[in-house]
Amino acid sequence: MSSTALLLWAKGPGFAFAAAVFLFGVTLRVVEMLWLRRRPDRSVARGSGALQGLRTVVSRFLPAPGLVARSPVVHVGGMVFHLGLFAVVFLYGPHIAAIRGMTGLDWPGLPTGAIDGATVLTIAAMIVLLIARSKDPVRRLLTTGADHLAWTATLLPLLTGFLLVNRVALPFETLLAVHLLSVELLLVLFPFTTLMHAVTFAFARYYAGAIAGRKGAHS
Amino acid sequence: MTLSLGNGLAALREQIDAPVAAFFSSCVHCGLCAEACLFYTETGDPHYAPIRKLEPLRRLWSREFTLFGRIGAALGLSRPLTEADLAEWEVLVYDSCTLCGRCSLACPVGNDLTAMIRKLREGMTAAGYAPEGLKKAAVRALTGISPVGVGEHSVRKLVEAQAAACGIPIEMDKEGADWLVTISSIEFIAFPEVLGALAKLFKAAGATWTIASDAYEATNIGVQIGSRDVAGTLVQRIVDAAHRLKVKGVVTPECGHAYQALRWEGPNLIGAAYDVEVIHIIDLLDRWRAAGKLKTSGKDTSRLTYHDPCQISRRGGLEPQARRLMAMVAADFVETADAGPWNWCCGGGGGLSANHRAKDLRLTVFGPKKRQLEAVKPEGLVTACSNCRNILEEALQHYDMDLPVLGLVEMLAEYLDEEPS
Ligand code: SF4
Ligand code: SF4
Repeated sequence: MSSTALLLWAKGPGFAFAAAVFLFGVTLRVVEMLWLRRRPDRSVARGSGALQGLRTVVSRFLPAPGLVARSPVVHVGGMVFHLGLFAVVFLYGPHIAAIRGMTGLDWPGLPTGAIDGATVLTIAAMIVLLIARSKDPVRRLLTTGADHLAWTATLLPLLTGFLLVNRVALPFETLLAVHLLSVELLLVLFPFTTLMHAVTFAFARYYAGAIAGRKGAHS
Repeated sequence: MTLSLGNGLAALREQIDAPVAAFFSSCVHCGLCAEACLFYTETGDPHYAPIRKLEPLRRLWSREFTLFGRIGAALGLSRPLTEADLAEWEVLVYDSCTLCGRCSLACPVGNDLTAMIRKLREGMTAAGYAPEGLKKAAVRALTGISPVGVGEHSVRKLVEAQAAACGIPIEMDKEGADWLVTISSIEFIAFPEVLGALAKLFKAAGATWTIASDAYEATNIGVQIGSRDVAGTLVQRIVDAAHRLKVKGVVTPECGHAYQALRWEGPNLIGAAYDVEVIHIIDLLDRWRAAGKLKTSGKDTSRLTYHDPCQISRRGGLEPQARRLMAMVAADFVETADAGPWNWCCGGGGGLSANHRAKDLRLTVFGPKKRQLEAVKPEGLVTACSNCRNILEEALQHYDMDLPVLGLVEMLAEYLDEEPS
């Protein structure tokens, strides 16, 4: 297959397939989660569960006091990784243009130099987190093969995107095709791996906050 | 499949709801919950990671409550839960978790691990995998009233003795009293003076109270072992007594789990909202303080600190109330590091105090509490949970730390102006 044909496939049927799997998978997992419902709580509330639930969705972005000192690498690495990834995915001009093309939504981005820096930092954070994962006995015990798959699937678009922007190695067309294919792999794996937390974390935090909030307790 | 395993799995299925699914779906295996857990920080054993303790529940959810998991199960890609799994997890679920709630505050994706461990215990108990100490306590609570066997006769004698000592009559089974007060067995056995203290405080506030001869026990072993049936029966007993005596409300004593069981789980266990108010004694005393009903004179001048009971502060939100009351009686109050929502557990919650085989581990995980105290060097340690108080005393003695442990209710009574204001 020529690089043009590959690119056309990645942009057309490849992307459509990946997007369909992503949307179907994410919807299925959210629906089967909500389907399980919650039993009604008959106790008399002391505080607002809903309000604290919403507050907790936001407040858990901040690290727990005392724990940063115990796990500095995970906290700093995790922050850098998540912020960096967000910037690279959503604040890069061509990505915004692609999303605008699909949805009509538009917002300002960051200069390419900043995105380049963010990509390097994000990849560095991923490597540091991977090493931290392999060194810590708890994380070693908890880590599954799917976690490594998710890590790899997250790294590939970052790596190929960086090479693409900096015109390194392969011809542009081939690199763009490979970059798109790596994004498609990420989309396909998303509903089946821990990547799914990027959607369900909001529900988890809301529930934890709501459970505590009714009691006037902490979350 | 054996009958007991089937019962256990059925009980677990009952416990799986949308929050459980959201929590398991969100875990990124970061291990931070372990850093918050006293069992991991004090032993370094990765099996004590809170999320690891939940593996049986996670497996059941994944295999039976997700489409991908069901397909995987049909293809033989995952193993069903077995008796051996539950047997292996029994010590993790009971001996190494005080349901303290620190992990639930720490998880970055918001997983309420503590609530899930409480749920997992339902399945463990239904399958027969619970510690002997807790099973026996449950039988005692069901056949008698107290999980440690404090009978009605002993209660009457203790009540009479304390009434005589404080000079205020305490009438049991008094119909039409304002409040039905429940007491924990540990208080009857180790700290009966709290009865006299309560008599003084209720008198000062101008409120009447009573103790029910058929429902004096506050603690709920059903909630600790994980049996909705047992827990519901024990809650119903108190609700029935409240109706029989026509009281306006029920007071839970200085006991953290009793508060959670009666105030929060109770209506859901018996399947009906209460028609009387249920309040923790600290909350009630603070209400009276705010209304100007409690006046004190003088203060304790020694250096005092407060141990936040997990179920009352972190999972109850009553630490401001406790501190306002402390301010009435303590002239030299000092906070420990991590006080309040992030306080460290005494090591005896969640049924650990009745689980004798876990005693050594319980003393090991006293480490953070010990370090908190060593850093501020108090002369007295006040708390609002008699179970904490008992465990703290035991651990302090074990580590040769000379530090008196005091109950907040008793302290307040000691400095009370006794005439109603
Ligand atoms: S509730 Fe407390 S003891 Fe239990 S796992 Fe969580 S942090 Fe550990
Ligand atoms: S802290 Fe939360 S996300 Fe991290 S391992 Fe524990 S349960 Fe999973």
